Amino acid sequence: MKIGSPTCNPSLLEPKDLFRKIATRVKNIRDEFPILQRKVRGKPLVYLDNAATTQKPRCVLEAISRYYAEDNANIHRGVHFLSERATRAYEGSRDRVKAFINAGENREIIFTRSTTEAINLVANAYGRKNLGPGDAVLVTGLEHHSNIVPWQMICEEKGARLEVVPITDAGEVPLDAFEARLTEKTKIAALTHMSNALGTINPVKEMVAAAHRQDIPVVVDGAQAIAHLKVDVRDLDCDFYAFSAHKVYGPTGIGVLYGKRHLLEAMPPYQGGGDMIASVTFEKTTYNAVPHKFEAGTPNISGAIGLEKALDFVDSIGHEALLAHEEDLLAYAVERVSAVPDVRLIGTASRRGSILSFVLDGVHPHDIGTLMDLEGIALRVGHHCAQPVMERFGIPATARASFAVYNTREEVDTLVRGILKVREAFQK
Amino acid sequence: MDFRDLYQQVIIDHSRNPRNNREIENPTGKAEGHNPLCGDKITCYLRCDGDRVEDVSFKASGCAISTSAASLLSEAVKGKTRAEVQEIFMVFHDMVTGETDQAPEEAVLGKLAAFAGVVEFPTRVKCATLALHTLLAALDGKPDAVSTE
Repeated sequence: MKIGSPTCNPSLLEPKDLFRKIATRVKNIRDEFPILQRKVRGKPLVYLDNAATTQKPRCVLEAISRYYAEDNANIHRGVHFLSERATRAYEGSRDRVKAFINAGENREIIFTRSTTEAINLVANAYGRKNLGPGDAVLVTGLEHHSNIVPWQMICEEKGARLEVVPITDAGEVPLDAFEARLTEKTKIAALTHMSNALGTINPVKEMVAAAHRQDIPVVVDGAQAIAHLKVDVRDLDCDFYAFSAHKVYGPTGIGVLYGKRHLLEAMPPYQGGGDMIASVTFEKTTYNAVPHKFEAGTPNISGAIGLEKALDFVDSIGHEALLAHEEDLLAYAVERVSAVPDVRLIGTASRRGSILSFVLDGVHPHDIGTLMDLEGIALRVGHHCAQPVMERFGIPATARASFAVYNTREEVDTLVRGILKVREAFQK
Repeated sequence: MDFRDLYQQVIIDHSRNPRNNREIENPTGKAEGHNPLCGDKITCYLRCDGDRVEDVSFKASGCAISTSAASLLSEAVKGKTRAEVQEIFMVFHDMVTGETDQAPEEAVLGKLAAFAGVVEFPTRVKCATLALHTLLAALDGKPDAVSTE
């Protein structure tokens, strides 16, 4: 079976063969993404904003469309044919997610709207119950606003403090600095697996172990990591892990919260409504078991189906091959972009995912973004919802190129030509 | 579309060497503006004689569009009345948001017509209009920070 064929079935090739063939397979992979064929402002699209959202392969698009065309029904309560099919598809996706991140049980997988909602769920359900006056929540200086603000809100409500482990000039969180901030007051540690602004990959396994030595549970924001790293929640031993489908080739509007079962079972519900109950009277409601306790209301069924196909797509490539390709692209981009005069890379951590943040002397990142757009190059410019990271480096914003499995060295060349053109336009 | 259609030489020139980039002592009006999108920050200083702008200056930091707009605006409005500034605002606003099919009135806008290309980039409209919003706030004696969001 050809890789990336519309069914996204795992390849029959051995991983080693995949590894060797990845470069030649990128063209086949690109063919599975209809949007990559389009032009932008008259130029072929060079999509380098994958950290914001990835594009979707045909198998994901078709599965969503097919569900609505053939199987649409509400889940869990219906006894009719379509409802059973929809329920099976939705719960099948939960099994798929469980296997993808190596969770122990499918009831440890909660479908949410996004990473953001998953973190809010933990902050509200776990945080509200376990935080009190004088307690602390520990985050790192790398966090996206979605792993800062929910904690700030609950801390304010409970009279707790938000504490921050500062980052180094390279954009790293030293393990000993993290450990030093863990105290008996710390009730939760929340940290990113991979920084969206700088690409830094945190040593999550070691950080979790350090926190657990003091019985502190750890929430991991996996929004970026999920598309690049092999995530094994049992190996990491994290207590919660959050990610969004749309950053891993799936649809928007659906995310996942993994949580250890004993923690989830001890937590009160986050939202009330249908599906999250066992029985309801006006006097008292008994809640459903996990994961349904945390899935009030009709969920994003088509989103779950799309997510399953997206994970199939990733597995059809294989994490080893995917990572090898992305590491090659990042190394090539770092070499080429840093050779452009007046360019400064922001974030030079030794372990990084495929994100390249940079500034160009004398040119505001938003002007870079607009000029690149004219070349058909989609970059992200701005603070990347990580204003504290920008402040740490004393800059208002960066330009960010972020790579996915379908990007090529030729696209990096186009990026570099674009930067040179911007420089020339502003500096001559 | 070529980048020169948006970043005309006059815009790049004024972004690199903004005119009237200074404070005015004892201003009759002053206001601050902020565009959270780009992180642009602008302070507008104003000295009016009655209804007429006698002197105007900006201290701006931000992208090329917002910085050059402040610079060109400072040259355009000296000697103008409140009503004339308002007219510039209306014509400029319609031009960059595409709310008019007519060609921009060069007579009203002068060099500010260089921003016509912004209409192709809706996310940059806020950059182009920040200085005007801030100037109007200074004219109206509203010194609190103007935000484009």
